[in-house]
Amino acid sequence: MSDRLAVNKTYKQFIGGAFERSESGRSYPVVGAGDQLLAHAVQGSRKDVRDAVAAARSAQDSWAGRTAYNRGQILYRVAEVMESRRDEFCAEVLRAGDGCTEADASEETAAAIDRWVWYAGWADKFATVLGGANPVAGPYFNLSVPEPTGVVGIVAPDEPPLLPLVSRLAPVIVSGNTAVVLASERCPLAAVTLAETLALSDVPSGVVNILTGRRDELVPPLASHVAVDSLDLTGCDAELAAEAARQAAATITRVVSASAAERQWAVEAAQSPYLIDAFCETKTVWHPKGR
Amino acid sequence: MTDLLAVETPAGSADAVAGVRITPVDAVGLEQRAAALCTRSIKTSSKAAALDLAIRVMDLTTLEGADTPERVEALCTRARHPDAADWSVPSVAAVCVYPELVPVAAEALASSPVAVASVAGGFPAGLAPLEARLAEVAWAVAAGADEVDIVLNRSAFLSGRYQKAYDEIVAAKQACGPAHLKVILETGELGSYDQIRRASMLAMVAGADFIKTSTGKIGTSATPAVALCMAEAIRDMAQQTGQAVGLKLAGGIRTAKQAWHYLVIVGETLGSGWLTPERFRLGASSLLNDVLMQQAKLLDGRYQRREDFSVD
Repeated sequence: MSDRLAVNKTYKQFIGGAFERSESGRSYPVVGAGDQLLAHAVQGSRKDVRDAVAAARSAQDSWAGRTAYNRGQILYRVAEVMESRRDEFCAEVLRAGDGCTEADASEETAAAIDRWVWYAGWADKFATVLGGANPVAGPYFNLSVPEPTGVVGIVAPDEPPLLPLVSRLAPVIVSGNTAVVLASERCPLAAVTLAETLALSDVPSGVVNILTGRRDELVPPLASHVAVDSLDLTGCDAELAAEAARQAAATITRVVSASAAERQWAVEAAQSPYLIDAFCETKTVWHPKGR
Repeated sequence: MTDLLAVETPAGSADAVAGVRITPVDAVGLEQRAAALCTRSIKTSSKAAALDLAIRVMDLTTLEGADTPERVEALCTRARHPDAADWSVPSVAAVCVYPELVPVAAEALASSPVAVASVAGGFPAGLAPLEARLAEVAWAVAAGADEVDIVLNRSAFLSGRYQKAYDEIVAAKQACGPAHLKVILETGELGSYDQIRRASMLAMVAGADFIKTSTGKIGTSATPAVALCMAEAIRDMAQQTGQAVGLKLAGGIRTAKQAWHYLVIVGETLGSGWLTPERFRLGASSLLNDVLMQQAKLLDGRYQRREDFSVD
């Protein structure tokens, strides 16, 4: 059996629940530790951004319409499915980065899985913490509730390949947003493997869409897209982030970026209910109070 | 019409309607050519022209039980000026409604270039008594319809009673008077490209001004191959008799991309002489918004949001 041909995985984009090559047909080489070629990833185009946003848009109403409890179950399911493929994620993380040891890879994978569990728990609790009954000077009930903002574009940082992506994605979708994610440009393969677990975790089609390719090319159409309601520019350098923020402003798109503390991916500061809040709008309702 | 009887020969043989040859269709070749025409890339100024043309040949349609006079009035307002903010966007070709709502549409579209089209003749099955169907056609025309869309009697056609199907179209054409007659073949129910071609020929010889793919009321609607098949039938008809019949595609056309694929198919098969509202129509309800979205994208470079365009 030693002369068996290698069966290599094609790393494709995840759009509307399907794994697809780019509309443009392009790909780019991904190199790992020691400049070794790992695979060719899809080099997405602005048309792929358009398709992904359309998929996210059409999935958003029904995802937000699910009960918070159900969204929590589904996020927990993502953790379960990742756990069962833990070795694969470890290997993916290990070969992606220079100087990454087996212990590092194992730690990052475990932290990523635990992060899903942590946010799954918040699904039916954050509204209570972030919203509430407000005391007002009049005979009214005054209630504030956080509601998902809509479609969120997430630009993942280059490294590490897995944990930052999960840390930024989970708080976005837990409240009922849908996401279009630009994976790490240098190490996109773990993100594609994550997409495979999402596809098996009862996450409805279109709720998470993962694109791979050049940030310079993909961020501008994402930022200027009228149907994108919020942007997480954590993975952009200062110049690209400024340009994206300028484009986003034209359609009143909220722009968010991880703070220095939040970028300590492995520690607890990287996870917070206020990160869920960053991608919610507060709706306040006045209701006449009876006697 | 004696030659029509020649049609009533076993399927598969080359047969004829009133001296017009009906040749068998190469299904594989047809689908391959249709698919090839749909891969053509249309960009920048060509795209802008295609979007503009798609609006000019559109039959803006609402055929629902829940149609109210107010809804039809709103549709007519959109038909005259599809983009309320930009009156340089052309009017659509026609508004297509049920007969009961024809007076409403006729009043709303008076003194505008937009025509009023009405479905009639027992739409969508076409199996009401013939007298009732003809009366419906005449009623719609009297009420102000410029164009009438009737359905082919598939019950007669599929059972081989071609003469009956033919006679009914002739009678409808008479009932139509000055109005244009479009005959809906409901291609999704005909079973094969050969049958679609035969039905196309039958309707054209019987006097249809337009032949139309579908009612939009069944699952299978217009497809590129069906459009190509019917366009080729129209081309053969024009070559053999000199009679230029129009083509209307309807059902399931929702995106601007689909629309310009059909423009390519018609342009390549019938020539640019057919790319006018007089000879080509796209029947659709939700297509207009997608076309307007694409126009907005061309103008300001941003991908647009569906919610910013009208609900109906």
